[in-house]
Amino acid sequence: MVIKQIKKVSAILSALLAIQVHIRMPNSPLQPEASKPYFLYLLYAALAVFVVSYLLSFFVKPVDKKLESTGPLLAGGVLLLNIVNIVCSKLALLPVLFFPSLDRVFGVYVNDWELLLKCIGSSGKLLLIGFSIGAVIGFGTGILVGFNKKAAYWFNPFVKIIGPIPATSWSPLVLSLFATSYQAAVFMIALSVWFPITVMTSNGIANVQQTYFEVADTLGAGKFWKIFRVGIPAALPSVFLGFFYATTGSFVTLVTAEMFGCKLGIGWYLNWQKSMMLYANVYAGLILLAVLCNLIITLLFKVKDRLLNWQKGVIKW
Amino acid sequence: MVGHIKIDKVSKSFTNPDGSVVKALNEVELDIKPGSFVSLIGPSGCGKTTLLRAISGLALADGGDVYVDEEKVTAPGHERGFAFQQANLYPWLNIEKNIAFGLKARGIYKTHKEDVKEYIEMVGLKGFEKSYPHQLSGGMNQRASLARALVGHPKVLLLDEPLGALDAFTRMNMQDEIIRIWKEQQMTMVMVTHDVDEAVYMSDQVIIMTPRPAKIEQVIDIELGRPRARGNIDFIKYRTRILEILNYAGENHEPEYYL
Repeated sequence: MVIKQIKKVSAILSALLAIQVHIRMPNSPLQPEASKPYFLYLLYAALAVFVVSYLLSFFVKPVDKKLESTGPLLAGGVLLLNIVNIVCSKLALLPVLFFPSLDRVFGVYVNDWELLLKCIGSSGKLLLIGFSIGAVIGFGTGILVGFNKKAAYWFNPFVKIIGPIPATSWSPLVLSLFATSYQAAVFMIALSVWFPITVMTSNGIANVQQTYFEVADTLGAGKFWKIFRVGIPAALPSVFLGFFYATTGSFVTLVTAEMFGCKLGIGWYLNWQKSMMLYANVYAGLILLAVLCNLIITLLFKVKDRLLNWQKGVIKW
Repeated sequence: MVGHIKIDKVSKSFTNPDGSVVKALNEVELDIKPGSFVSLIGPSGCGKTTLLRAISGLALADGGDVYVDEEKVTAPGHERGFAFQQANLYPWLNIEKNIAFGLKARGIYKTHKEDVKEYIEMVGLKGFEKSYPHQLSGGMNQRASLARALVGHPKVLLLDEPLGALDAFTRMNMQDEIIRIWKEQQMTMVMVTHDVDEAVYMSDQVIIMTPRPAKIEQVIDIELGRPRARGNIDFIKYRTRILEILNYAGENHEPEYYL
């Protein structure tokens, strides 16, 4: 009971500690001052959320459970930021150019939000186009290779040679092949998505229990029925794994691809700020990238849970 | 009545990974009467399952032909239903959709919706239509797989040790159910089994096979009334006789059955 309460209030205590440190400890004179203490604002916001959910937990059971399980983790996260704050802003133990104060990092979201939003939009569009093309072609190739022995014979070596080469290393070739660098970026993202989806789809199909097809045979199913109603549903868990790999891979490619000729986008932003030595902005961009990537993966898993509901109790992810 | 199976000098060989050739079936001849219940019994490796698969068309014979109602078997088809040792239900479909799978594949589901309901009831799965296979017991899954094979009104149902994976109690219940369905549907059923009791209990005819060279050793007509009692003296006589033949047939092999 006492331990439970400690778990529940730990996040609040950690936030209070961080706030006290930030107010009472003076910033190092080496570190350029931020226009406003944005990190402090973030801590206040976090504290408010923690306090509200703590109060709610007495009335709402799920919040109570959730707070008990994630409370220590949140507390640890705040503590980590607190330590980073002490090391970077308060004591300036690390080179201030590469390790800006957290106030400045979080200040970027306030001062640069318009540009960042545009970058998200631009990157999102690029990612969506590239991912869709890569996913459709990858899924198609995977099905072809998985079901057709001749296609597998001719395609597999091709997939094995092209696949492991990082998509971005094609950039010199691709840039000269495509009319615009935007098309080149789309191509590279599509390529990085195509490989894992092809491999995981064909692999999933190849591993489908033979008896599933035999059952379909004895029930009078035709070829296409067997492909679309037996092979593909049975391979879907593997296909999803491919989508998962493709998502993480596409983010890596996105950042690199946007370095060439794009005039907007998170990758472009990171690159631009880095060349200007504005590391606060670089960190802000990186955090944004991580949040977005996680958001997409969470979304993907939600879709998976819906589509592969039957897997619950069969396979544990 | 439909479901006449004629097996005409069927041979089938398999090549081992080391290159040696094993004859799984050697010019097997058999005539199965329409509407009868026939068991194939024999030690492991005597080609029972191979013969069953040859009838279904899942594995075609190297030599000789199989005819079902005068029609040569060239590929698997819905008129020859097949119940596998494992239920092999599709885990991504619920019980109802699993049972309706064949009808949908053949594009006749819309006109046969009632059949699906009827067969779900027949195998005692009413109320479990929306359950997924992993939520049900092995016996229930096996019932569903029977319903799936039967709902397309096959002329012949081929059963490859369909009860082998079940516990003894469920197994005896299922034997009665299969016999009930067989009587209701008036179809031919051919069952592979390892269990002499099961063969005598269920069949009109028990076909005893021997391994290497795989052929039919003897065909025994079981002339017992139904329902049968396992403790009946005639029942035991049949069982003893089959076991003797199996022991003789096994010669150099360990007998698979002990009394």
